[in-house]
Amino acid sequence: MMKEKHIRLPLNEETILSLKAGDTVFLSGTMITGRDAAHNRLFDCLSRGETCPIELKGEVIYYVGPAPAKPGHAVGSAGPTSSYRMDAYAPVLLDYGLKGMIGKGDRSPEVIDAIIRNKAIYFVAIGGLGATISKSILKSETLCYEDLGTEAIQRFWVKDFPAIVVIDAFGNNLYHQEQAKYKSI
Amino acid sequence: MRTIHVNLITETVKELCLKANFDIGDSMLKVLEERLGDESSPLGKTVLKQMINNDKLAKLEGIAICQDTGMTVVFIEVGQEVSLVGGDFNDAIHQGVRLAYKDGFLRKSVVDDPLFDRINTKDNTPAVIHTTITKGDQIKIEVMPKGFGSENMSTLKMFPPSAGLSGVKKFILDTVEKAGPNACPPIIVGVGIGGTFEQAALISKRALLRGVGQSNPHPKYAQLEIELIQDINRLGIGPAGLGGSTTAISVNIEHYPTHIASIPVAINICCHVSRHASAII
Repeated sequence: MMKEKHIRLPLNEETILSLKAGDTVFLSGTMITGRDAAHNRLFDCLSRGETCPIELKGEVIYYVGPAPAKPGHAVGSAGPTSSYRMDAYAPVLLDYGLKGMIGKGDRSPEVIDAIIRNKAIYFVAIGGLGATISKSILKSETLCYEDLGTEAIQRFWVKDFPAIVVIDAFGNNLYHQEQAKYKSI
Repeated sequence: MRTIHVNLITETVKELCLKANFDIGDSMLKVLEERLGDESSPLGKTVLKQMINNDKLAKLEGIAICQDTGMTVVFIEVGQEVSLVGGDFNDAIHQGVRLAYKDGFLRKSVVDDPLFDRINTKDNTPAVIHTTITKGDQIKIEVMPKGFGSENMSTLKMFPPSAGLSGVKKFILDTVEKAGPNACPPIIVGVGIGGTFEQAALISKRALLRGVGQSNPHPKYAQLEIELIQDINRLGIGPAGLGGSTTAISVNIEHYPTHIASIPVAINICCHVSRHASAII
């Protein structure tokens, strides 16, 4: 049976190691956002040995490009984007100290190795639930790369953000486990 | 001739963009409810319920169903007895998109150059416009904000005739399996078979406009749609790719005559947030 857990962000190692693929989690605290263009810039920055405009150590990054906020709202629709597009960059970010990622879809073997190596974790939010997920985001603030529009890096303050542990720190993969149960062709 | 001011096109495109992004439509909700009853995975059932609730919340509160409010595809049929006045026809369509994405707080997801600078145009233009001239004195506009999680999983292949039905079926099944969770299942699979390279792609997109619950009028293609959805739902991918028996909610095939040397097959996938709205002026 899948377990439901309320988790504080940022994550500590004890929490990460206690989470298992299949756990339903509700995340509260702070996370940063970033998708394709922001990853490209962070990667360039780290590759050149320069200081990033944000601190990645200990952070959880949410792969999202939110819709604009209506007046009185923290954010517009804000569901996850496909994670594989960040696979080329993720191992470097994890080696630098990133502890968690939230997105959708499977990860490359290189990313999974980096998750295990760094005792990190991969959560999945359900794609297409942008309206629902936006309700768990209480506040947002742009941290850097404002010129990228929706792709700017933001900090989100969240309460009970709904996600599922899909790849845990030991490399267990919920996609593979669950899909195999229902495949009949 | 009937005279139509292009401002009416702008207003209509704007309204359709807004409607499509906030209201998934009753037919999609009905199909999701049906699938919820059939789904064999407990987690899959939970995910389907969340999708239904999200669609209802979006409509109720005027929040975009999905943050990827798409690149805007506009199919427009202009009656040959229409005389357009007041400005440029294509500009009028782009302006409708521009206004909707600004006023509706929809995400601006378009970059000006695909390869080099990739600078966001900040107003979600340009739209992709497919115009045809038809009989009559009306204009039909169909707007599809197309999300790219599923668009990126779409593909096209030119087969030799020897590949036959089995080759085409395998290609479709392999494409859906490869798309997996990235396409945000349950998906709608738009298939264009025949024509030329670009015609196959175009009719695969048109196939998505059919939505759910309508089969191809040709009995052999209708049968193929049934066989494909049964096979796809045995892949095990399930809602959000987290396992289950609901991977596709519709397979929509469109076909067109082709050359003696080929079977062009285009597969255009759409996520469960399959948005489109239409109007006749």
